Amino acid sequence: MNRLLLNKIILVLSTLSAVVGISFLFWILATLTYKGVSSLHITTFTNDLVEGGIRNLLVGQFTMAIVASIIAVPIGMFAGIWLREYSNNSKLASVIRNLSDVMMSAPSIVIGVFVYALFVAPFGSYNGFAGIIALTIMMIPIIISTTDNMLSLVPKELREAGIALGGSKHKIIMQIVVKAAKVGITTGVLLSFARIIGETAPLLFTSANNQFFTMDLTGQFPSLTVSIYNLATYPDEASRELAWAASFVLTAFVLIINLTGRYMTRNKK
Amino acid sequence: MGGKLFKNFSFFSATLSFFILIGIFSILFTYAQDSIREFGFDFLGSEDWEADEDDEEIGIFGGYIPVIGTMLSTLIAMVIATPLAMGIAIFLTEIAHKSLIKPVSIAIELLAAIPSIIYGMWGLFYFAPIVQSTVGGQGVGLLTAGIVLAIMIIPFMAAITRDAMNTVPDVLKESAYAMGATKFEVIKDVIMPYSKGGIIGSIILALGRALGETMAVAFLIGSVMAIPSQITDPTTSIPVLLANNFAEAQGLEMSSMYYLALILFVVSFALISVAKFYFLRQKVK
Repeated sequence: MNRLLLNKIILVLSTLSAVVGISFLFWILATLTYKGVSSLHITTFTNDLVEGGIRNLLVGQFTMAIVASIIAVPIGMFAGIWLREYSNNSKLASVIRNLSDVMMSAPSIVIGVFVYALFVAPFGSYNGFAGIIALTIMMIPIIISTTDNMLSLVPKELREAGIALGGSKHKIIMQIVVKAAKVGITTGVLLSFARIIGETAPLLFTSANNQFFTMDLTGQFPSLTVSIYNLATYPDEASRELAWAASFVLTAFVLIINLTGRYMTRNKK
Repeated sequence: MGGKLFKNFSFFSATLSFFILIGIFSILFTYAQDSIREFGFDFLGSEDWEADEDDEEIGIFGGYIPVIGTMLSTLIAMVIATPLAMGIAIFLTEIAHKSLIKPVSIAIELLAAIPSIIYGMWGLFYFAPIVQSTVGGQGVGLLTAGIVLAIMIIPFMAAITRDAMNTVPDVLKESAYAMGATKFEVIKDVIMPYSKGGIIGSIILALGRALGETMAVAFLIGSVMAIPSQITDPTTSIPVLLANNFAEAQGLEMSSMYYLALILFVVSFALISVAKFYFLRQKVK
């Protein structure tokens, strides 16, 4: 009887933990929606920060994340290709694989400090390029790991068929192997984009922030997340409302990308 | 010709992450030199953080408070998150009905996808007042930061633990059930021992993540250079001190900031390496 009771208790507790986890998700999403939607106006999207809107912030944040992706995706993919297709699972490959995993979990604020020392301090001013570099460093290891994992799922026979047709190695990789892993890699790219678009810590003292609309990457660059951090700590109600509106837009975007990514892989299987 | 270029570029890309890591370490170490030479390891035991108003090259800086703040907030987070994450993993692998597994997994993964700044905002305006009215204190402080940190690392820990528990062969579980074991006994005596490596690995990885978490803690820990005497007291942590004061610092204070960043980097590097190489060693397919 005692062991049956203990069993019941543990099972109930486990189920409760799941309930707790899900409740927090809904609690956070509910507050965000409630506060966010009530603070959203058309002018939120048409005005820049200086006039109480987030237009320049959205453009700035997306510009940095997109340019970072344009740099990080090819580098990460080629690195993953080397690990899976060229390295023959050598010692070096496993060292690189592990280091890239470690880098994926490195504290993002430290990456900010590193980029500050290299790309902000020498130039004497915060700049959009530094923000892009910080985001790129965060993104590369994620892309490496996705590509590496997805290529490992491509059956060996496909590669052998390519060799039998007389294809050169890099053609086989690009036209057969990578093509076969396309959906998985695309999903990985989407998810990592969703991850870096919400980053704040690496941008704090790299791109910093800008109240005005600008596309000049050599100066302070507008950032949605850095603005949320600043706005939320201002005492006036209007700033807080704008912070909620910005948080709502950011979270909605991140969660939609995540769900899209999951939907894409589910359809394939 | 094209093939050679392709291969070389792949190799260059692969080695890049190695060079970035070396780069981070050497930059932090170089810029921290002044502070390391001035304070050495005593840096960790000193509570003072005072810049000299006239001369930026002198002053007394010690990392004790942010180091303690980081450790305590992480400790609170781990104490709360570990049982909950284990519970969620057990629920997903052993208890949940088939139709529930997918939606619950997605919900937990979405929890992990929410940017940390959102946790900070929500925590500051909705959670801190609750902590204040139930436990006391000023709302922001160690406890609030620790609890919200816990919510942030739960999904991460639960996902890795679930994957580890899913690798337990059904035959093992079925044999235990055939002997009359209850579900809890199967979990305790079959699943846990079998997936021990994965579970410990997930705990260490989550620990590493909690140590380096910046934005949520920046909203919630209070950002005060003071040793907390109670669990609800405000204090600061290494990432939070960096986030708020790094850019304004000068001279020796700046160097001390790099010293703190170096400490954080080395500690998380060590933790993550132990977790990955020792506990979560994956067989290369």
